[in-house]
Amino acid sequence: MSAYVLRRLIQAALILLGVSILTFCLLYLLPADPARQVAGRTASVDQVERVREQLGLNLPIWQQYGRYLWNLLHGDLGRSYLQRSEVTTLIFPRVPATALLMCGAIFFELVLGLTFGLVAALKRNSALDQAIMAATFIFISMPAFLLGLLLLYFFAVHLGWFPIGGYGQFKNLILPSLSLGLLGAGWYAQQMRSTVIEVLRQDYVRTARAKGLNRLRILGLHVVPNALLPIIAMIGLDIGFFMGGAVLIESVYGWPGIGQLTWQAIQQLDIPIIMGVMLIVAFAVAMGSLIADLIAPLIDPRIKLR
Amino acid sequence: MKRLMASVSVLALIALGACDQKKEEQQSSAPAATEQSQSQPAAPATTEATQPAATQVAAGAPATPKQGGEATVTFKDDIPTLDPAIGYDWKNWSMIKAMFDGLMDYKPGTTELIPDLAESYEVSQDGLTYTFKLRKGVKFHNGREMKAADVKYSLERTCDPKTQSPGAGYYASLKGFDDFQAGKAKELAGVTTPDDYTVKIELSHPDATLLHLMALNFSFVVPKEEVEKSGGDFGHKPVGTGAFKLGEWVPGQRIVFERNKDYYRSGEPYLDKITFEIGQDPTVALTRMQKGEIDIPGDGIPPAKFVEVTQDPSLKDQIAITEQLHTGYVTMNVNIKPFDNVLVRQAVNMAINKDRIVKLINGRAVPANQPLPPAMPGYDKTYEGYKYDVEGAKAKLKEAGLEKGFETDLYVMNTDPQPRIAQAIQSDLAAIGIKANIKSQDMGTVIAAGGKKDGAPMIWSGGMAWIADFPDPSNFYTAILGCGGAVDGGWNWAWYCNKDLDARADKANAITDPAKQGERAAEWGKIYTDLMKDAPWAPIFNEKAYVIHSKRIQGPNGVFADPIHIPVNYDVIYATDVK
Repeated sequence: MSAYVLRRLIQAALILLGVSILTFCLLYLLPADPARQVAGRTASVDQVERVREQLGLNLPIWQQYGRYLWNLLHGDLGRSYLQRSEVTTLIFPRVPATALLMCGAIFFELVLGLTFGLVAALKRNSALDQAIMAATFIFISMPAFLLGLLLLYFFAVHLGWFPIGGYGQFKNLILPSLSLGLLGAGWYAQQMRSTVIEVLRQDYVRTARAKGLNRLRILGLHVVPNALLPIIAMIGLDIGFFMGGAVLIESVYGWPGIGQLTWQAIQQLDIPIIMGVMLIVAFAVAMGSLIADLIAPLIDPRIKLR
Repeated sequence: MKRLMASVSVLALIALGACDQKKEEQQSSAPAATEQSQSQPAAPATTEATQPAATQVAAGAPATPKQGGEATVTFKDDIPTLDPAIGYDWKNWSMIKAMFDGLMDYKPGTTELIPDLAESYEVSQDGLTYTFKLRKGVKFHNGREMKAADVKYSLERTCDPKTQSPGAGYYASLKGFDDFQAGKAKELAGVTTPDDYTVKIELSHPDATLLHLMALNFSFVVPKEEVEKSGGDFGHKPVGTGAFKLGEWVPGQRIVFERNKDYYRSGEPYLDKITFEIGQDPTVALTRMQKGEIDIPGDGIPPAKFVEVTQDPSLKDQIAITEQLHTGYVTMNVNIKPFDNVLVRQAVNMAINKDRIVKLINGRAVPANQPLPPAMPGYDKTYEGYKYDVEGAKAKLKEAGLEKGFETDLYVMNTDPQPRIAQAIQSDLAAIGIKANIKSQDMGTVIAAGGKKDGAPMIWSGGMAWIADFPDPSNFYTAILGCGGAVDGGWNWAWYCNKDLDARADKANAITDPAKQGERAAEWGKIYTDLMKDAPWAPIFNEKAYVIHSKRIQGPNGVFADPIHIPVNYDVIYATDVK
């Protein structure tokens, strides 16, 4: 077990290294020049060059990356080009908001996804089933920001049931996490539907039915718990999925998390922030999948870690 | 100049971001709003410009403002920094002005220079030495008295390349600037402090804009001990001498300003507290203002609501219109054929229907015919420029031997409404036989192309255009039309370099005698109209800014149309419901 965890941690470190190299190179290839941007329009060519030296952008790319990596190993993500603050002090205070949003999203994803998936499986091939499946396809394929905007304008602006944006209270959390959760809910509903259908065909379900157990007990004791096993293990993988959506949803709702910061950094080409967020997200994804893998055998003893 | 904005399609996460950008564009799309939000900070205008705007405000304001009460201002995007040496977008520009002071300032609602932390100043005969006498007893928010050494420290901090101030370039005329920047000198030789309340500023060449530079945020006075204490994060822990001090800053949520009870101007500010709420959609903010929940939607009137709001008689008294010191223009790169031919550049000037473009952006601008905006001293009212004349333009092309037209590229920033404006220009050019292919790119890419000698034949400047930082005509020349800007990585995208005009510009800038400022402005106006004979630009329009505010927050006449402070000068607004 511990050898497995160690191996996975080493893998995670390699993934982070790869992500950092890839992001660094892609950002380096952009035609825009951060030194000019920082120095402003009134700066002479000499001044721009001095700023370039200050930022270390005059060095060849491998040296720039080496410096970045060295600082990174010392826990230093560099300074924002535009805010001049440490990237770590900009990102970490925003982590709780994003984490909260994700918890809300996972809640909605599970409640809605599993319920509708179960209903669809039980009413298989009915009009209801088809309607649910159509809806799941819409939620899966709809861009996050569009869904966010639609929910915002319908429930908050038009009906006035929820506050428009804002942060800090429970009611502020509902719409953003619903927007994000619906994306995953569609996926989970499909997953749940097919697993339930499969479980319903299992011998033990037939046996339970033959024993004369009522429908509710069969579902509650046999079908749902067995169908849930593979699904719960997948929650860890949602972190990466949700991070992409969070960037968009947070900027739609003005949610003060990492996504909002990232969105503004991308607009302004604030490379150190973009780099920092990429690394943190990659780390979260790696950890999420590790945790998912570690949980899986606890839920389903048939799974073995190798 | 504004913050550059570039959409970076890197990795899935970032690629997703690119989709969202469109949504942002739609939301904040409309003309002035977008332009302004991406443009440079305060756009000062002249006194004469402010007055017409002033009359549109403040009917029904009570006679005597009382101290107390609070106001709420909203913004969509976060405030990146409140460090006066760094902050350079239109939102933090006026917030920094509320928190810090400089040697000079502008009379609220106007562009008239007045002494601020300086009590008085003297200019030497040769215009090379400025001596400022400081006001005594002005305290920083931490209680310490502000003295001459702080002024020197603050200027050196801005000019120090380590600070990476986007405004350092403005102070290049200070004696010893180059040595200090290059690290050859530990001090900025041009700034000396004969005693605690005297600051002497010496220049290496006369610079008529020096007093404006001392009213610019980059020269604002900061306490050294607080900068050092902040551990490199002064931008989030600002301490100044200004009317407000920082109460609370919750990243991505709100910034709270509290009244500085020790503020040296007695009676100001009026408000006890201003809360800046971040992450508020402009449309939502407008609705909330109408419900009385907030006072100033900082991002202005969103495009989708523009016609509805501006035609609503009940809101008439709550909207102020500012003429910005902005010009939107098409550059033509004189290095790239056939724009090396002046006849072709003139033909382009005559081919573009500016009135139609102004209509396209809901009339939030006035058509332009010269680089200077009408609100700037030196603007030549009598100059007619190139009139819209399709036949005339065709004749010019024929004279240039290009009656069959030609194909070229028109670069444009990819945020609405810029591509739409570029399409209008494209169809106007097509009418005289010029086939312009639109290259719609993110801002960083367009700027990079403009800075290359053979990079971009034509650029529509929208979203990246120049808004002057202070109301002086020289501000539109040096970087964007002078030889100094026509270098690799420069901002002179037309690559126009006229040594005669450069010499005249230097001469005009050396006129520091206050009595001769009218003459100086006139000479500057002449420089720009003479430049238009060579037509390196096709000036298109000058934008106007719209500020909307609640009924309960009022200010002296003209303050909501203040060209220096967008959306408003926070020091002088007051709440009418204070008992």
